[in-house]
Amino acid sequence: MAAVTSIEQAGAQAPTPTAGSPGRWRTFPYWRWVILLLAGAYFLIPLYAALRFAGVRAFPDIFKQSGFFSAIGLSLRLAVITTIFTLVLMVPTTVYVHLRLPQIRRLMEAVTILPIVIPPIVLIIGVLKVAPRFLLGTPYLLALVYVILAMPFAYRSLDAGLRSFDLRTMVEASNSLGAGWPSTLWRVVLPNISTSILSATVLTVALVLGEFTMASLALYVTFPVWIVQFEQNSGPVSVAASLLALFVTWILLMLIVAIGGRSARRRGGSQVALFTVTRQDFSQTVGEPE
Amino acid sequence: MTTRAAAGTEATEGAVRAAGAGAGAPVALTNLSRHFGAVRALDGLSLDIAPGELVALLGPSGCGKTTALRILAGFEAADTGSVSVDGRDISRIPAARRDMGMVFQSYSLFPNMTALDNVGFGLRMRKQRGSERGRRAAELLDMVGLTDQARKYPHQMSGGQQQRVALARALAIEPRVLLLDEPLSALDAKVRLQLREQIRALQQRLGTTTLFVTHDQEEALSMADRVGVMKEGKLEQVAQPSQLYDQPATAFVAEFVGTMNRIPGELQGSDDVSALGTVVPVHGDTASGLSVDVDVLVRPEGLEIIAAPGGNGIVTNKTFLGSVTRVSVLLSGDVSIKVDQPSSVAAAMSPGTSVQVSLPGTPVLVAERR
Repeated sequence: MAAVTSIEQAGAQAPTPTAGSPGRWRTFPYWRWVILLLAGAYFLIPLYAALRFAGVRAFPDIFKQSGFFSAIGLSLRLAVITTIFTLVLMVPTTVYVHLRLPQIRRLMEAVTILPIVIPPIVLIIGVLKVAPRFLLGTPYLLALVYVILAMPFAYRSLDAGLRSFDLRTMVEASNSLGAGWPSTLWRVVLPNISTSILSATVLTVALVLGEFTMASLALYVTFPVWIVQFEQNSGPVSVAASLLALFVTWILLMLIVAIGGRSARRRGGSQVALFTVTRQDFSQTVGEPE
Repeated sequence: MTTRAAAGTEATEGAVRAAGAGAGAPVALTNLSRHFGAVRALDGLSLDIAPGELVALLGPSGCGKTTALRILAGFEAADTGSVSVDGRDISRIPAARRDMGMVFQSYSLFPNMTALDNVGFGLRMRKQRGSERGRRAAELLDMVGLTDQARKYPHQMSGGQQQRVALARALAIEPRVLLLDEPLSALDAKVRLQLREQIRALQQRLGTTTLFVTHDQEEALSMADRVGVMKEGKLEQVAQPSQLYDQPATAFVAEFVGTMNRIPGELQGSDDVSALGTVVPVHGDTASGLSVDVDVLVRPEGLEIIAAPGGNGIVTNKTFLGSVTRVSVLLSGDVSIKVDQPSSVAAAMSPGTSVQVSLPGTPVLVAERR
């Protein structure tokens, strides 16, 4: 969803005419509005129903429930640890693949899609069987599994970002001007994929905050697990907590769109191109001819 | 010249930089070879560049010219051979410590930085202080005439402006060697011409030793002190532009540089060749190893032509080029050639006119018949 929204935003700001130029909105046919309204209703009515069921007074009650803070604390810690692991692992890897091993990019795409194909329940049971003892019961075990789950999203965001500019030439230009690897990565590569990194971060955070199966099977009381457990005590508060989680995630996504849009305005071409590539990327994964 | 003066005060660190500060350093590529799989990109290339000299490497795509430049830059390693600058072997020094400014074929400005920050990047990597760096970067931008673009981001500039900023960025570090990798090929013709002159003027003013890679012979001939023509990883000839044009060492150089006619002829021994009914001497030893049937290579301005009923050719076309007119002539045996004539003379030769084409007595190049 975030990526789609960003395409519209970026397209509207593009200096050159693209498919998403502002003129399109003037000729927006009425039947599209109908579809938009129907889709909106489809999403909003359940939310409204949940809100009615929970009632506004249930929200302050969330914070008074036993286990709430430890659950949300664990989820946030997991989000931070997973994001750091994911970025530290994936950023250098994708940069390295782009620069030195471009021929294995297809393979990387295939490998990184595996966590989506393999059911989470299979993954976690396997992990629990082989995990070393010192990791069992620590958040790091779950975080390591989440790194694998986040890999498809992180890899695709970063890959699209690195394809949106001439990485090789930038790196060589930086080298020739006297910058070693650390400076090149920090001052040249990272600033130009900042939106991708942000998008990888938000996707990872959203994934960690919403994951239930693995946490529950590995006996961690994360926020989603707590919601389900708590449902037996108080239905309305549990639903209110779900809504809260939804809004927090939604605000995070809006944040990335806003920040991405701002850097697009500042730097123009490259950021817009980033989103265009993202869109191509999606069409490739569903198997359209290139 | 202010730049040079500033260079003197700023170049403090390193004996290397002190030696080369501002002024060009001599470069020696010795016996370089490089394979990519089964492909021989470079095959024993040797080239010396004098301090302050601009040498262009010219050749068709895949001839190894870019590989040579990238080895000098430190982006590729040679399989064998050595690279030295200022008499010191730099083969093992990484690109980041070679002090070479490079301008790339594709736009290479950092998209996240303004023109000014791009130019200042190399100075920043050399730990120069902010204020000093800004002043110096502004000076360089002024030198390429882009002071008003200092605060713009690359995407807000035209292609020509971006390449000028890239040039300023490369020169800002007072490179010992300037490397130009087809920097003009992405630009349109008019901008290309302007930038060509600007690069050459700056290079001469700063006296920076420069290696310039191009596939555009006009660019190479108009900018370089010497031009090296490459073919299949080897240098065919290195010479001044005029010498390259007037006395090409091989048939490949002759045909690659400028326009060349091929006229069928027969060798008479190893020193003479008969063509167009006359016998003329062969230039150098180009005839060695060839069979009797050869092609004689002659430039359009190297042929004589007169209107003559019953001559050996018929005018098929004329192209007016200003003071001269290029006349296309069809010889017997379906051989089409081009002859340059003063436009006043060519006026009498309309298409269909019968003409007599002949060789003057000067030595000619010969090549295997095609």
